[in-house]
Amino acid sequence: MEQIIANGLYLGAQYALIALGLTLIFSLMNVLNFAHGQMYVLGGFVTYTFVAQLKLPFIVGLLASAVVLAVVGALVEKFLFRPVIRKSRREEGTMLLAAGIAFFLDAVILLVFGEKQRGVPKIVNGVFNWDFRLVMPYDRILIGVLAIAAIVGFILYMQYSRTGRAMRALAQDRVAAQLMGVDVDRYSMIGFALGAMLAGVVGGLLVTITGINLGMGGPTSIKAFMMIMIGGAGVISGAIAGGFILGMMESIGLSVLAAYGDITYLVIFASLMVFLAFRPQGLMGKPWG
Amino acid sequence: MKRRSFLTSTVLSAVASIAFSSVAFAENPVLKIGFVGVTSGPAAAWGTSNQRSMETRAAWINETGGVTIGDTTYDVEIVSFDDQKDPKRAIAGMEKMAQEGIHYVVGPNVDDGAAAVRPVAEQNGIMYFPYAFPKELYTAPASNAILGMVASYQSGPAIYKYLMDNNGVKKVAFVAANESDPLSQRDSGSAAAKALGLEVVSDSVTYQVDTTDFTPVLLPVLQTQPDLLVLSGVAPAAAPQLIRSARELGYTGLISTETAQDAGVLMEGAGELANGFISVGGASTPELASDTMREFVDRYTKMFGEYNDESNTKVYALEYILETLKANPAGIADVEAFKTTMDGFEAPNPYMVGDAKLKYVGMTSFGQKRQVSVPLVVNTFKDGAFETLFVAQVD
Repeated sequence: MEQIIANGLYLGAQYALIALGLTLIFSLMNVLNFAHGQMYVLGGFVTYTFVAQLKLPFIVGLLASAVVLAVVGALVEKFLFRPVIRKSRREEGTMLLAAGIAFFLDAVILLVFGEKQRGVPKIVNGVFNWDFRLVMPYDRILIGVLAIAAIVGFILYMQYSRTGRAMRALAQDRVAAQLMGVDVDRYSMIGFALGAMLAGVVGGLLVTITGINLGMGGPTSIKAFMMIMIGGAGVISGAIAGGFILGMMESIGLSVLAAYGDITYLVIFASLMVFLAFRPQGLMGKPWG
Repeated sequence: MKRRSFLTSTVLSAVASIAFSSVAFAENPVLKIGFVGVTSGPAAAWGTSNQRSMETRAAWINETGGVTIGDTTYDVEIVSFDDQKDPKRAIAGMEKMAQEGIHYVVGPNVDDGAAAVRPVAEQNGIMYFPYAFPKELYTAPASNAILGMVASYQSGPAIYKYLMDNNGVKKVAFVAANESDPLSQRDSGSAAAKALGLEVVSDSVTYQVDTTDFTPVLLPVLQTQPDLLVLSGVAPAAAPQLIRSARELGYTGLISTETAQDAGVLMEGAGELANGFISVGGASTPELASDTMREFVDRYTKMFGEYNDESNTKVYALEYILETLKANPAGIADVEAFKTTMDGFEAPNPYMVGDAKLKYVGMTSFGQKRQVSVPLVVNTFKDGAFETLFVAQVD
């Protein structure tokens, strides 16, 4: 049982961090960013390039992932989403654009980084072993702690910084925020950059554990959408709760249901359908504030 | 004016270079060979190594004057189609090959894709070389598919027997991704292990194809304390993570698979934890590789920046097609002539040292010669490279 809980918490921390970026973008711009998973993959490959190819320290690779993805996110918002949102009267426009960006990034990643699975050396060696009741490699513990630290840092930033307050105002009521002098374009771009940066940071963190390959983007996006559906789209605490709930369900399911075959995600999807039938807005599905 | 003349000269030189390059390319008639397989997504390494092997060999042949079949010398052109591991797209790919008048296609890479393209291939007179194991593709009345590698039900028993005799393996566990190829390989592997007298302690645990954290997946498997953990049909992207998770959970037994892997990927993903991992390889271990094989690896590396060890096996299909056509040039337009030639075909194997031969096999498994003869080379991973554990032949 200890092992199942530890696996669930570890998975939950990384899932929550992935979902945060997605929910931030959704809350600010009402955009479902289908390319979020590809941004995660790109972040992983950037860290891989800096650490495994250029032989630089892991922290440099992680920072590079954060910076590159923030720049990519800002450019995507400014030159792609902003004009589409301005001109399009239908929400499908941004959804199609996001799907197009996902395919585009897949193609770019294949061309630049190749088709192979990539990984970087372990950043910490050794395994914590409590009498085989709880076995957890130290690098997983470190990555889990870093993920939780990043989540806490993000919450504090959103809560107490001027930029965070402006973005929360935007998420609550776009028109009112504009009337109060909030620069909508500027903070939308910052929000998108921050969301993409979070995806890149998770990719960079997890490349040390799971490695990275070009096919990880789509499934990552799907899991991120599941998390924000559980927690409630556009709500930070909902994304965190959704991440931990999904991580725990996955860990318990894979252990308890192993004897019945690969039915864990079948059970999770079925549970999600029932849950959404009763609470379509998710656990905390309301705007911030 | 200057600008106008610059533009004119640029356009003229571009047109001229295109024209001259077309002329150079058109010196020989072109023989098109198709590839339909997966070159994107988690299993991209399988198809990409196919495609790049073919492109490397084709460029090499063209550079040295082309391939002479009968009285005609051809340049070889590879026409590729990414089926994204989707049977519907594999059918579309095979239809595209038919529209281009192509009679010889390498791929698809997986079971459902290979099964899906069968009607298209048979209706359009296409011989195809899948890297997929369903026996019905290769047994009569089917006759257009030729297995491009050693099947898991051929390599698995050989590996288990070797490990029983040499490592005292008694208990074996299987884990597989929840999709057709790995599941069928798990089932055939489990049956073969039982037939050999091994105790199968776990063969029901599967994982989602997109799994990235295998610790929860392996936990119940390793609690059964197997001597050998078989990663059935494992994709190159998942193998390092599975090995790493198993070792980090304290598993000290043997780990093996019947699929081809890449040493660089294993090293990056699992490092020294992958030492001792057993997989099926090709013919480029130092003991077996000929000078031609070494040159192929060198050319591949120069062309694409990095070699893929899976190409040790994937290099063969194009060679078989061309050598069989050389043996009977009528096969270029008539696949029935190709089929007739296959029964008695034999040619030197350029990629192996010694007197190894290219020939079609498969009588034992399929009742007809519908498999290329490639050596069953079983490798063990050590410090970033493969070492040959043993070599066997299949028929």
